[in-house]
Amino acid sequence: MSDSRSTGIPLKVRNLRKSYDGRVVLQSMDLDIAAGEIFVLMGPSGSGKSVFLRHLIGLEAPDSGEILVGGERVGPDIDQTRHRLAMVFQGGGLLNSLTVEENVGLYLREHRLKASEEINRIVLEKLALVRLGSDDAGKYPSELSGGMRKRVAIARALVIEPQLILYDEPTSELDPLVSLTIGREIVNLNRRIGATSVVVTHHVDLAMGIADRIAFLSEGAIVALGTPEQIRSSPVPLVHQFLNAEFKEA
Amino acid sequence: MFRNIGEMVLLFVATVKALPWACRERRKIAEQLFDIGNASLFMACVLSLFIGGVLSLQSGPVLVENGIGSALGNLVAIAMCKELAPVMMSILVAGRVGSAMAAELGSMSVYQEIDALRTLAINPIRFLVLPRVIAISIAVPCLVVFSNLVGWLGGAFVAAHNDRIAVPAETFFTSLREGVDPGDVVNGLIKSFFFALCAGVICCHQGLTTQGGPRGIGRSVTKAVVNSLALILILDYILTRVLLPFDNGFFA
Repeated sequence: MSDSRSTGIPLKVRNLRKSYDGRVVLQSMDLDIAAGEIFVLMGPSGSGKSVFLRHLIGLEAPDSGEILVGGERVGPDIDQTRHRLAMVFQGGGLLNSLTVEENVGLYLREHRLKASEEINRIVLEKLALVRLGSDDAGKYPSELSGGMRKRVAIARALVIEPQLILYDEPTSELDPLVSLTIGREIVNLNRRIGATSVVVTHHVDLAMGIADRIAFLSEGAIVALGTPEQIRSSPVPLVHQFLNAEFKEA
Repeated sequence: MFRNIGEMVLLFVATVKALPWACRERRKIAEQLFDIGNASLFMACVLSLFIGGVLSLQSGPVLVENGIGSALGNLVAIAMCKELAPVMMSILVAGRVGSAMAAELGSMSVYQEIDALRTLAINPIRFLVLPRVIAISIAVPCLVVFSNLVGWLGGAFVAAHNDRIAVPAETFFTSLREGVDPGDVVNGLIKSFFFALCAGVICCHQGLTTQGGPRGIGRSVTKAVVNSLALILILDYILTRVLLPFDNGFFA
């Protein structure tokens, strides 16, 4: 799937455990994700996918275990590592008090990494990458559709020039056509910038369409791991049910 | 409760540590100051006018009956600048502005905006809390000065126009000038600064720790206002006690 893998970084997870108030959410997870890979995490609601993703970027601290991003341990000095990572949140996570342009340029402005004119140029360039025009730059997130908000969130993530992009339910609440567009964006970006991508989704078609490999989570543990074809033919009943779930009147 | 207090102390320490960034955040501080002034100035004016008036109305007849009506200006002025203006302005700002701060930060927490800031390696305390706490700590003492002036005018108006009091404005302001020294005003400003600091930290803490959707935001706003009011009143006693030895002209 991924042609250019020059800037991606590998990810190693070792014995990751997490529980909240005695309820185990992640149980001893081990995982290796290769540089430049599009890795999809699937599983029923409450299986720990989003919690796992939040651990990868240091928003949650594990009870035990370690995460190595490009060989660096995700720990208290995460801010250094974060300059190589980006996350696209389920709802976009855009700051509602800022315009699209301010949201996308926030990272560069706050860290004073470029001159103002340069930032404006980069912002428009990244918006164009996710097929948003300069007309949209002055709008506030509340004026955008769900799909546009997600694309702005992707543009904001791209400004970091990340080596690892995490997507939390990038197609939730979107219609199938917009979901398809977002899926294509993920693949195109992966090809264009070569960053490693970890995608959490419930959307079976999206997962099968974009993934190099898929991990299926249930109750905080990986119950199936492999290529889309291997997952399709998985003998695990839950995976089979999940992939073939369709409404039938009783 | 103790966990909350501990978290608030840690937030206060983190905010103090972020102070060197204050200059960089001046635009946000100015925006917050504008918002606070915009939300509070009219209400501060109305409240202060009536507080001054009520002070005159309650104490004026008693003083006049005892033949010391000329001391009314002194009494109203001291009560306003040392107690009522700092407490009432802090309560007003905690209610109007603090609740808005808690709601805004709470909504940002719930809708993952604060997590997004963290993933962009932007410190939310520097970006969100520092400008708000600095702005509220500057705005409340300014409102107290304004409130003193309006309250004194309200007191003078009632003193002059109420038949049972009938103390002329000139007598009222002469007594005020003779009885109030700058130290009394400074006393009130010091108190209001600490009230505002506490209200700012409490409201920001409640906002940042919001969980559980719109209902959680509502809960956070209620807790922010109630805790702020309680702490303002507790702190009022403690600060009054601490500042008491300095009353005899220390600040003058």
